[in-house]
Amino acid sequence: MFFGKKKFKLAAVLAGGLLACSMFAGCGEQSGGGASGGNADEIVIGSNFELTGNHAQYGSNAAKGLKLAVKEINDAGGIDGKKIKIVEADSKSEAAESVNAATKLISDDKVVAIVGPAVTANVIAESQVATDNKITVVAPAATNPDVTVEGGNVKPFIFRACFIDPQQGDTMAQFAAKDLNAKTAVLYIDSSSDYSKSLGKVFKETFEKEGGQVVMEEAFIAKDQDFKAALTKIKTANADVIFVPAYYEEVGKIVKQARELGITAVMLGADGWDDVKVAEIAGKDALNNTFFCTHYFAGDEDAQAFINAYKAEYNEDPNVFAALGYDAGKMLIEAIKTAGNDPEKIREAVENIKDLKVGTGVITMNKETHNPIKGIVVIENKDGEYSLRTKIAPEG
Amino acid sequence: MDFFHQLIQQLINGVSLGSIYALIALGYTMIYGIIKLINFAHGDIYMVGAYIGFFSITFWNMPVLPALLISMVVTGCLGMAVEKLAYKPLRHAPRISILITAIGVSFFLEYTMMYFVTPTPRTFPSMISFAYNIGGFVVNGQQIFIFTITLLLMAILTYIVQKTKLGKAMRATSFDTETAQLMGINSDKIISLTFCIGSVLAAAAGVLVGIYYNTIDPLMGIMPGLKAFVAAVLGGIGILPGAVAGGIILGVIEALVAGFISSTFRDAAAFAILILVLLIKPSGLFGKSTNEKV
Repeated sequence: MFFGKKKFKLAAVLAGGLLACSMFAGCGEQSGGGASGGNADEIVIGSNFELTGNHAQYGSNAAKGLKLAVKEINDAGGIDGKKIKIVEADSKSEAAESVNAATKLISDDKVVAIVGPAVTANVIAESQVATDNKITVVAPAATNPDVTVEGGNVKPFIFRACFIDPQQGDTMAQFAAKDLNAKTAVLYIDSSSDYSKSLGKVFKETFEKEGGQVVMEEAFIAKDQDFKAALTKIKTANADVIFVPAYYEEVGKIVKQARELGITAVMLGADGWDDVKVAEIAGKDALNNTFFCTHYFAGDEDAQAFINAYKAEYNEDPNVFAALGYDAGKMLIEAIKTAGNDPEKIREAVENIKDLKVGTGVITMNKETHNPIKGIVVIENKDGEYSLRTKIAPEG
Repeated sequence: MDFFHQLIQQLINGVSLGSIYALIALGYTMIYGIIKLINFAHGDIYMVGAYIGFFSITFWNMPVLPALLISMVVTGCLGMAVEKLAYKPLRHAPRISILITAIGVSFFLEYTMMYFVTPTPRTFPSMISFAYNIGGFVVNGQQIFIFTITLLLMAILTYIVQKTKLGKAMRATSFDTETAQLMGINSDKIISLTFCIGSVLAAAAGVLVGIYYNTIDPLMGIMPGLKAFVAAVLGGIGILPGAVAGGIILGVIEALVAGFISSTFRDAAAFAILILVLLIKPSGLFGKSTNEKV
């Protein structure tokens, strides 16, 4: 046997001992640093992101964006001489873990506000804890309407830094009907994702209102590898456009396999498409004749300062999650500038954000919905490059 | 004609998807056959194999076949190490302990890999990519490649298990470990070798799938692992040709359900098959019902 029984026991006791030690160590730390938001010359904010698990690629990028925003303000001398300190927690891509992480940030680390998580379900999960403790949350990329609203009332402590799903579905349906003169459409939806389903629903409503017809609806599940069966069926529908509101990993494979099967129709998507991986997976040629809407266009002048700073810091191009994480950080920092480290005042300050310049443009917070008022862009894929097709200005 | 055309294309889709399930199911079935362990970590061994293949191809600029071989060798060693460290100490423990350990190993592999390679999916460079368009039916070079390799490996394995001395020792160990030991068979070594072969197969599947779908990520093994398990049960767990037949049947059923009923029912159909097989013929399509002598 590899482990003798005695050795095995010894190992178990050692492991148990280590665990106990680390628990005590944890306790000591928390009573030491806990007083009220760290020591007097720093303000502690929480970063609660999906650093592991299924959505780690979104969460970890958003966390990097946030860190950059905080680093910039600290390098510039902080706020009234106080540095901002980020305490990171991992929501592990699970709703329950997101609540645990938020609870830890609030009660152990005494943060004055939280940024994150990236994914809708995890933000919704933590919103009760945050509200109970009167801690403001700025969610960078959670686009589901229910994030900030519950039973028709806006959740006082929850804000976001992005537009909402219905706006995306609506934009793409208008674009298909008006710009592309499409008459028929197929929906191909990730049935394991609320994001995908809600975009599909709104797209269908708007598209049919504009006189188009949705002739077929098919579904897949996140992490699927093979889409050929459903795509073979979709091909028979011969529709003008195929709307695939999904995340980039699946999108890349769907576009690739669709083109392999000889589907030449225009394919449309939303912000889940906004990642260089789509082109890497699908190939440049397959991506021609596809359009998607997203939060910003990297060629836009307003975005250059952020993009250059991000490249200098991390030596890679930011993706859309990094950009929104940065924006959320900027919003919170702006609020702390006027409110200091008083959580209640921070909430008010975020609500009153007006014409703030962030990484992707200029935003104003809508007090009724806690959604920022900001523009939306439609991007065309041309030989592996993004080109700006239309830019829809913010309403109201 | 249109219906007929779609039917043929769906059969092609189904067989190619099914050969991937079959390739993973072969390893599952080998390991189950010898120690009656449903090795939940098998899907993750497959993932590790895909990553080793990926690094060989992209960082060391190897062609496909040497990369495939390296991945198979390294992953084979990993399989033996897992067996030695995680399962062997539990050889005489209740079946449930070893099953739970397998789930633990699965998480361990997933998150260790995630730590080292980051959760971002990696893109395989496209290698053997040529698509044939025969009378409107699309067949892809990689699909043919995977199908051929699956059949080839099944034939080699069946030969090893049925005709060689090693195979005889495997069958004896599987039948009754203790009696086999009394007859002079080193069953620890045989079990270890079986894990090695199972993992080598998983690595082959991992690299081929990486090339075919051209992305890999640390959690890529979970769903194919489950589907391969269904395939192995469908064909009769422990039986090599059964695993291949089960995989291909499963792939074809999925394609037909997605194509002619609805893609939302696809996975439901796969798991409904598992339940039906367990109800009607628990030993699987190719399985013989054996009466256990007490």
